[in-house]
Amino acid sequence: MSAAPSVAVEPREHYLNVDYGIRSWLLTTDHKRIALLYLISITVMFFIGGFFATLIRLELMTPAGDLVTSDTYNKLFTMHGIVMIFFFLIPSIPAVIGNFVLPMMVGARDMAFPKINLLSWYMYIIGAGITLYSIIVGGVDTGWTFYTPFSTTYSNTHVFGAVIGIIFAGFSSIFTGLNFIATVHKLRAPGLTWRRLPLFIWSHYATAVIMILGTPVVAISLILVAVERVWHIGIFNPALGGDPVLFQHLFWFYSHPAVYIMVLPSMGVVSELVTTFSRKRIFGYPFVAGASIAIAVFGFLVWGHHMFVAGISIYSAMLFSIMSYLVAIPSAVKVFNWTATLYKGAISYRTPMLYAFGFIGLFTMGGLTGLFLSALGIDVHVTDTYFVVAHFHYIMVGGAVMGYLGAIHYWWPKMFGRMYPEGWAKVAAATIFIGFNVTFFPQFILGYLGMPRRYHAYAPEFQVLNVMSTAGASILAVGYVLPLIYLIWSLRYGEVAGSNPWGATGLEWQTTSPPPTHNFEETPIVTEEPYAYDKQPEMEFVA
Amino acid sequence: MWTNFPLFPVRASNFADKVDPLYFFLVGVTVFFTLVIFLTITVFAIKYRRSVHPKAEQIEGSLVVEVTWTVIPLAIALVIFVWGVSVYYSYGAPPKDSLRVYGTARQWMWKFQHADGQREINELHVPVGRDVAVTLISQDVIHSFFVPAFRVKMDVLPNRYRTVWFRPTRTGTYHLFCAEYCGTAHSGMIGSVVVMEPGDYETWLASGGEGSLGSSGEKLFRHFGCISCHRSDKGARGPDLAGLYGREVHLQDGSTVMADENYIRESILAPKAKIVAGWQPIMPVFQGQVDEEEMLELIAYIKTLQQNPLNVNPNAPLPNEEQRKRNPQVEPQVIRP
Repeated sequence: MSAAPSVAVEPREHYLNVDYGIRSWLLTTDHKRIALLYLISITVMFFIGGFFATLIRLELMTPAGDLVTSDTYNKLFTMHGIVMIFFFLIPSIPAVIGNFVLPMMVGARDMAFPKINLLSWYMYIIGAGITLYSIIVGGVDTGWTFYTPFSTTYSNTHVFGAVIGIIFAGFSSIFTGLNFIATVHKLRAPGLTWRRLPLFIWSHYATAVIMILGTPVVAISLILVAVERVWHIGIFNPALGGDPVLFQHLFWFYSHPAVYIMVLPSMGVVSELVTTFSRKRIFGYPFVAGASIAIAVFGFLVWGHHMFVAGISIYSAMLFSIMSYLVAIPSAVKVFNWTATLYKGAISYRTPMLYAFGFIGLFTMGGLTGLFLSALGIDVHVTDTYFVVAHFHYIMVGGAVMGYLGAIHYWWPKMFGRMYPEGWAKVAAATIFIGFNVTFFPQFILGYLGMPRRYHAYAPEFQVLNVMSTAGASILAVGYVLPLIYLIWSLRYGEVAGSNPWGATGLEWQTTSPPPTHNFEETPIVTEEPYAYDKQPEMEFVA
Repeated sequence: MWTNFPLFPVRASNFADKVDPLYFFLVGVTVFFTLVIFLTITVFAIKYRRSVHPKAEQIEGSLVVEVTWTVIPLAIALVIFVWGVSVYYSYGAPPKDSLRVYGTARQWMWKFQHADGQREINELHVPVGRDVAVTLISQDVIHSFFVPAFRVKMDVLPNRYRTVWFRPTRTGTYHLFCAEYCGTAHSGMIGSVVVMEPGDYETWLASGGEGSLGSSGEKLFRHFGCISCHRSDKGARGPDLAGLYGREVHLQDGSTVMADENYIRESILAPKAKIVAGWQPIMPVFQGQVDEEEMLELIAYIKTLQQNPLNVNPNAPLPNEEQRKRNPQVEPQVIRP
């Protein structure tokens, strides 16, 4: 266990004990408290989405659709997607970890616009409330993609409510992005030049750009869905004079960059973890930072790769294909740089580092299988099959969720002043890694075999691989419940952490844990580039 | 469950020979890079673990290394891109002498119509070794025609005809799936493609049918009263349709358009969208009057027209009173200049 200096401290005032009243939480403008409000909210949403996934996997154990009806099954995968994407993955790292540590990382007392930050959480809660209401009164069955004209004309479910809920969630994400950009530009501590910014900040800056530029477009396209659905104004339905493929262009213009909203923050986390736990500078800082920006920019020009069989011309298909390869290169550069950072490091295998290893491995597989989907000729066969399902789960669960869990463990001592139990945490990390691969690897094979996604019942020859997948999902479920238990346990019984249990270089580790309401007793002054571990005093802590 | 446990799909069309090699190349690339990353991380993590290597050596980075691992993946990506484009290109326009089949998709079934009049539901019979082109349209939402054994997939749209082609290389019965989520019974919108020896296919074709598509279309052409305006004599109030298909049509706004299936369909459903030069926009709208199967028959008939039908059979009856009552909106409007 950590032998970090756990000095017996006097009970001192920090952001958690400054006030216990319910109003002090619901009306707080403290970025750290807002982060915790988000942490609780998205954890609830994660387990709701996980519950839907559990029912999906149980249904798919047998080829016949026998556990639930087709309508119920269609609602399950729709709501799994909506809840996990809009209410867990997109806010996960930015709204929880980013909210908590970004101001501290730049040496600020709070976000640039603390009230907008609180408004962001209320937007999220209103959106989540409307969406949960739509689920309770009957659910939605359009798939999270809301393809027209099915969603506007043919579905008899609560499309309107779901769409409005997502639009609110979108505003919460725009407000978060706005705060990130303003805070990074205006509130950096003296000496914190752009080249001295931690890579976590660079990746969140890139994420914020996507949030602000992309989210309005998904709001617009969903509003158009609502308009056609409610007032029968012909936009997408050809019977009313609309164009159904137009919706796909609008939807993916945001929803492909949204994948980078989910994974860029994780990449920022991994850069922090790899440097901290190998006690090294990042290999090729300008390339890792620049790659985040390149991903954000190129990410806006690849949306058509979701539509290679949807009726776009061969020339636009070629353009979207080549752009998809170009956006893959900066991701590859990041993976290579993280790997090279390990070279001649002093590597410890603490839980956050295990998650970083997991991220690099699974993201690599997710990224490489993306090459299949951007290859025009192969995409024709594998699009809309389980190959796609496997691919994006490797990116979003293998990538984004691994990064999120790594971040939660890494900053947990900063957030609550207590260590998580290392032994249990390692068991959970290993369980998740194994469970994840057993769940999703068989789906690549299923996809090339030709099993379409969103199938309630399927051909009998697909059963063995589906049973494997369901078995893996049950392992994965155990892996996700474990941290929920031991992290709550650690709030009271965890070892006291001290201000810098990892001996890390970031500014957030220079203040106490948990931090005071205004983060720093005095404004820090930055004199070094990030990750200057050679200048950092040696810390005694066991690998 | 364990007796039929394939890990790789059957190869039953010309496209399998194009798609599978690229797939295996990509599997190779994926395995190679995954191993490189996994092994490098494992070696570094063991060799430089803190207990044996407690003091890290700081390394700034290296431009040469960065350029290397940018350029090499980029080169591999470009190879995959070009290869992928060449495969995709072959999915394009069907060969000229393809066997033509027409189909409609709807929640939640597939209907196919062969040129000779054979109709089938959720089954598609085709001969082995012959290029087959299937032209499809949806009656409602977006569906997707997917035959894994052929490595063929195409979204079926509700507003235009799209054509997919393949050359079956193996007789047998293969899955036909709807691959675009389309509502309640999406996973029930399945069927089979039956690939037969040419002789068996001919026998099957001859075994039924309700007259050719074109002859059904001719009945509709008279039923909807098309013939009362689209004629070649002085009574014509619309352009003569003889020889229309595949010809360039001059429009009122000065542009030209190729008269293909999509043009003919649009001109029936929404005649004002493209007005032929020299004619008044007086044709009634048939949106909601003609369903997609009838439309396919009408188009099949119009394609066969080499002469105006009145010239071929001047005594053929015009729409009778009863039909006019059923379809009051097709009452010809008389325009007096």
